[in-house]
Amino acid sequence: MNRKGLGIAAALSAFAMGVAGCGGSSSSSGGSSSAPTQDLKGQTIQVAGVWSGDEQKDFEQVLAVFEKQTGATVQFTSAGDQLPTVLQTKIAGKNPPNIAFLAQPGSIAQFAKEGALKPLPADVLSTVNQYQSPAWSKFGTVNGKVYGVWFDASDKSVVWYNTKAFDSLGAQPPKTWNDFVTLSGQLADAGVTPMSIGAGDGWVLTDWFEQIYLQTAGVDNYNKLGAHQIPWTDPTVTKALQMLQQYFQDRYLAGGRQGALQTDFPTSVVNAFEDTPKAAMVYEGDFVATSIQSSTKAQVGTDAKIFPFPQIGSTKAGVETGGDAAVAFTDDKATMELMKFLATPAAGEVFAKTGGFLSPDKSVPLSSYPNDIQKTMEQQLQSAGNDIVFDMSDQAPPSFGATKGSGEWKDLEDFLANPTDITGAEQKLEADAVKDYTSS
Amino acid sequence: MTTVVAKEGGRPSGEGAATGGWKHRRRSDRQSGSSKWLVALYLGPAVLLLAVYIGYPVVYSVVRSLFDAGGGSFVGISNYKAVFTDPNTRIALRNNLIWVLVAPAFVTGLGLIFAVLTERIRWAVAFRMVLFMPMAISLFASGIIFRLVYQQDPGLGLANAVAVSVHDTFVPSSPYPGVSPRPLDDMTSTSDGYTTTAVFAPGSVVQLPMVGMTPDKLPSQAVPATPVQATANQLSGVVWLDIALGSKVGQLDHGKKGLPGITVQAIRDGTVVATVTTGDDGTFAFPDLAASDYRIRLPAGDFAPPFRGLTWLGPTLITPVIISAWVWITTGFAMTFIAAGLAAIPRDALEAARVDGATEWQVFRRVTVPLLGPVLLVVLVTLIINVLKIFDLVLVIPPGSTQADANVLAFQMWQVAFGSGSGGNLGQGSAISVLLFLVVMPAMLFNIRRFRRER
Repeated sequence: MNRKGLGIAAALSAFAMGVAGCGGSSSSSGGSSSAPTQDLKGQTIQVAGVWSGDEQKDFEQVLAVFEKQTGATVQFTSAGDQLPTVLQTKIAGKNPPNIAFLAQPGSIAQFAKEGALKPLPADVLSTVNQYQSPAWSKFGTVNGKVYGVWFDASDKSVVWYNTKAFDSLGAQPPKTWNDFVTLSGQLADAGVTPMSIGAGDGWVLTDWFEQIYLQTAGVDNYNKLGAHQIPWTDPTVTKALQMLQQYFQDRYLAGGRQGALQTDFPTSVVNAFEDTPKAAMVYEGDFVATSIQSSTKAQVGTDAKIFPFPQIGSTKAGVETGGDAAVAFTDDKATMELMKFLATPAAGEVFAKTGGFLSPDKSVPLSSYPNDIQKTMEQQLQSAGNDIVFDMSDQAPPSFGATKGSGEWKDLEDFLANPTDITGAEQKLEADAVKDYTSS
Repeated sequence: MTTVVAKEGGRPSGEGAATGGWKHRRRSDRQSGSSKWLVALYLGPAVLLLAVYIGYPVVYSVVRSLFDAGGGSFVGISNYKAVFTDPNTRIALRNNLIWVLVAPAFVTGLGLIFAVLTERIRWAVAFRMVLFMPMAISLFASGIIFRLVYQQDPGLGLANAVAVSVHDTFVPSSPYPGVSPRPLDDMTSTSDGYTTTAVFAPGSVVQLPMVGMTPDKLPSQAVPATPVQATANQLSGVVWLDIALGSKVGQLDHGKKGLPGITVQAIRDGTVVATVTTGDDGTFAFPDLAASDYRIRLPAGDFAPPFRGLTWLGPTLITPVIISAWVWITTGFAMTFIAAGLAAIPRDALEAARVDGATEWQVFRRVTVPLLGPVLLVVLVTLIINVLKIFDLVLVIPPGSTQADANVLAFQMWQVAFGSGSGGNLGQGSAISVLLFLVVMPAMLFNIRRFRRER
């Protein structure tokens, strides 16, 4: 499941800076999209996405730059979490928006197979390849055709910790899995519950599994399991579940395992960062910052810090990401110009400066990111290069990887309730995967 | 079917129908012709609305259920096959059955009791108003209220707050919940408590470092633990909290505090021979032990995790919990209906029974309830129909981990059709809606036939 960071309330100056930054980088790229030609005057482009509130305002700053350059009018509609459903209805009514932002490769594949999406034309594709590492466009490729321009990225391979809880024990952020387990034991000994898991939301558990699977099984197996080319009863899955089993102990989890299953994701973040915290750490992507800022008094960067997800084994294997990809439902010139613009650093920089987002774009300078946490994550993302993988459950058919109370979400929740039964969990996962991968 | 005929005639609604009627009247038999057109005129708009908003969707759902997710290709009954082989549907059907069997009967009974009782009290109207009030709240909002009521954390959930305070009144909570010995392999953990693996003779000193609690949560009388000197003929030791910043594990330094008030047992051959309690600095001593080898046990009672109430929103209790929320909402509705029926009962029947010497209970059982029968049946059947389409509460109350356990048909339909990340499978969703339609049908027919007979 994909959650995006909420932009810190954007300073007005960010807009002005964004325009300036765009001018600077456009001269270096020399793309046609960057010259303020006003040649799309009078054209209207409809864009639909999940962003609302502050996030929407941040994104509209990006659109404003494009409007200024081309003279086109861009209308952004927020559809919230129901976006795929809204799109499906609009397609059925033969009135889709020009561009929509999809968070799941599974959704892109589904719309592409229905024939609703237009593949990227050569000039847009070359812009994408110029600025983004090829791993990204692969996430938006269906049957050899590229449909998606990844506009924002999230780094899911980080653990957030409460600095006060760590300081009270003199604890240091762990680097390896063994250190991590030892530290958790020490925290528990000292009466501080180490981890808060919002297992009431199944996607949190799929992310836990994916983090560990990515490191124990490697990128290749990760992608194979994501495409269900190897079964869930594979020994690599067993190994990852064994590591989870080792960690899913009552004394490590806020509220114990049963309590974790009753906790939704936002509450799990509050548990770790409220005034009298119930846990010292919480694992999830960059969007944890959103919940910290909106629901607790803790300051991101001082009270709440991050460390990379602990390393299992000797080699660091890849970073797990998520993100939003722009896909086009029409192939007129204005639409494709906007698609091209979204792939340029000019657009990424404006968005990065608002503070809630990472850009998959290598050439967006680190200085664009307003705080250290963002910088750390962007560095992690860029240094991973091509070794990035996309959230596995987001690649799966939604009925398997993105449905509350069924498929992978439910099976992993049942595993958390009863971690001793690895074989049973694997069999259930495999049975559900067989059903959901064949029916879609 | 008569309505369909009427619809044919009534399609050119408004003026068209009127002029048609006028022409018709001139040509043929005045009486029957005019009434026919008049019927069409009056029924036309209603029939049109029903056809557009009810008839068409019903028919379209049936058609849609025979097509695949995208709606492009005909798949026959394979959606129905998928629905019936899906274990989620089985859970949904099972829960629907529980709902139908339990909820309406319970609410009708409760409504009857309240209706009869409120007839006899002074502030009946006020009382009924309070009971009816939940009906004014949307199901969704009520669901959120009850989700909070049944939270696991006693600090948030009312139900568990009550459960915990009642429990703790009778069974005081343990002084050191979750505390355990360090290192664990020196002591074995059983249901009796923690027992040392090594044996000790009088004259030796036992060190029992404990972990699992922050020092600031210790009782206020706790003082730093001091090393105990061995005394002849006395088995002594110290129990302390082995947590301090920068200290060595298992060492009595850095002002680590003792655990006061812990029960310590000396065990010989599996039986408890002596029991003492630790002092404020965590020290204990068995003064007069016969020379032998003893194991030391810390009984589990001192470390029992606190009672945290019930897991209301867990897989076993979730459906009863949702039903309880629904009962809270609908009892007022049932009571109001039944009270209206009660007011219509001929008083003389009740009086006659009382004059004949019937007790109040007998009057209630033999006169009131039979006379109320038709009303009770209507309430019951209405509630059954209501219960079969329950959705909001199932969406709101359970956390994600138990939503599947609380599944009902209407929710399953929504989840399959719209719920999942990509816009869902409208074909299969339609199949479930057709199934739901068939399940509700008998109750509907029953109600319709009753109304006909009453007329």
